[in-house]
Amino acid sequence: MSGRVFLFGDDIDTDQLAPGRYMKGGLEELARHCLEGVRPDFAAAVRPGDIVVAGRNFGMGSSREQAAEALKHLGVAGVVARSFAGIFYRNAVNLGLPVLVAPDLSGVADGDVAALDLEAGALRLARGGRAVPLEPLPDNLRRMLADGGLVPHLKKRFAAERSNGRPS
Amino acid sequence: MMAATLAQKIIARAAGRQSVRPGEVVTARVDLAMIHDSGGPRRVEPILKEFGVGLFDASRVVLISDHFVPGDTDEGARILELTRQWAKERGVAFHDGEGICHVVLPERGHLRPGMFVVGGDSHSPTGGAFGCYMFGIGATEMAGVLATGEIWLKVPGTILIEWRNRLGPGVTAKDIMLALCGRLGMDGGRYQAVEYAGEAIEALSMQERMTLSNMAAELGAQAGLIAPDETTAAFLRAAGGEPGDWRHLFTDPGAELLERHVFDAAALEPQVAAPHSPANAAPVGESAGTPVDVAYIGACTGAKYVDLKGAAEILRGRRLARGVELLVAPASRRDQQRAAEDGIMKVFEDAGARILANACGICAGYGADRLGEDVACISSTARNFRGRMGAASSKVWLGSPLTVAASAVAGHIADPRGFLRETAR
Repeated sequence: MSGRVFLFGDDIDTDQLAPGRYMKGGLEELARHCLEGVRPDFAAAVRPGDIVVAGRNFGMGSSREQAAEALKHLGVAGVVARSFAGIFYRNAVNLGLPVLVAPDLSGVADGDVAALDLEAGALRLARGGRAVPLEPLPDNLRRMLADGGLVPHLKKRFAAERSNGRPS
Repeated sequence: MMAATLAQKIIARAAGRQSVRPGEVVTARVDLAMIHDSGGPRRVEPILKEFGVGLFDASRVVLISDHFVPGDTDEGARILELTRQWAKERGVAFHDGEGICHVVLPERGHLRPGMFVVGGDSHSPTGGAFGCYMFGIGATEMAGVLATGEIWLKVPGTILIEWRNRLGPGVTAKDIMLALCGRLGMDGGRYQAVEYAGEAIEALSMQERMTLSNMAAELGAQAGLIAPDETTAAFLRAAGGEPGDWRHLFTDPGAELLERHVFDAAALEPQVAAPHSPANAAPVGESAGTPVDVAYIGACTGAKYVDLKGAAEILRGRRLARGVELLVAPASRRDQQRAAEDGIMKVFEDAGARILANACGICAGYGADRLGEDVACISSTARNFRGRMGAASSKVWLGSPLTVAASAVAGHIADPRGFLRETAR
């Protein structure tokens, strides 16, 4: 599936992704305000399959996983960044949102049509047929993403333990 | 045995290994899991139900309410009620309305050097001040921990940050952290382990050390460690805990480090970080004179007993500048009680401050006192991201509790050292 690239700069923080003042509302409301501080039209414009591309330290700040959840709720296919803040990175994988590190993002433009190829580890741009290399994921994370995140991953494990007669 | 860092020693023990190497992915058993009312029961319980399993060990789970306290909205009150109910049903240790989790956890003797701990909050590295490997995780991952007692991690390298000599008068642990945010940046910690060492660190009280570990989060580190010593052991005994065997918990000479930075504490000036990032830190002189509407002394970072005491030294016998509001939210009930016994709370009242609940409050964007449109605020908290403490048009400068107090008296951002000299005369 391909989508459009939404390009952001460095240090996008969790208060931009999931503003604290909307935390009491549900995910629906929170997602409506996702990234509005840096790009007011983002939540309205983004469509399923679109890809967020950003600079360094994406997702810095709080541990609130609504930051990753809001992107997933809006249908974002994945986030590609120069680097990620550690907790956001873990949260995204746990929620089944692909997060990929790209050492070199030169030449990727806002509005580019692109597709994430997790198998080959590349962001494929329609324009010029170029492939932007992505750092490979550790095995445990690849398995978790393939299962759809931590919850389905652990459910599989608990089910296996039960059928093996082991206490869970 | 190979020379190992403090982080490697703790992780190896928790992973049931003789030794671990930076970069390898291991599964560790957690000694303790801390959760709060925001990311805790309301978010983990539905997942635990879906798993169909109970807690891995209720005696290793601590629940602390601090985000929706004092529960002054219908939604907040509902979340607190759900939190209380869950604590009863699950039989976990529960501290309700007693203060902010990162301060209450060690204050009530839950931490012991060498423990491997996860917390459902980004400032969880605070536990590193006690020689624990402690880090923050999100709610889904916490549900996984509560169900299994395990978590994966990539063994971190250690970034050793050494502060030689002693801090001067009016300069605090908070100034160290703002300076580090400015020098290393908010991703300088690279999600590795930061370890603080040196004469200036050894001279600090436990609560000041907590400020260092707390703001390892702002450096983007996974953990912010300080090797335990007699100061640590004394604090834990006073908290009713048992420090246990801590003398082997230090980074061996010759252990491989990722980076090493050396700074001179004696040369450090009070720091202020301009909007909208802690990395915009510079000596206070660069922002001195900026008018402020609100001065905030709050949060796990900046309203512990030691922070209140420092601010009171500036405020004693003085009044707030006309038009400035000073809000004080002591980080824990116990710290507030101690401050009241020592006459510190009286100093705040006499100066004209308003005292708020022992909770995260406006630092986390909660409550009726959130900053309004275009408000300029100087704050003792850890983060000044746009809109975090209220309106997107509000502006927050970060400083030490002393700098916040000095600015509240001056009506604009001010160097606290001038006030200390006046007090001494």
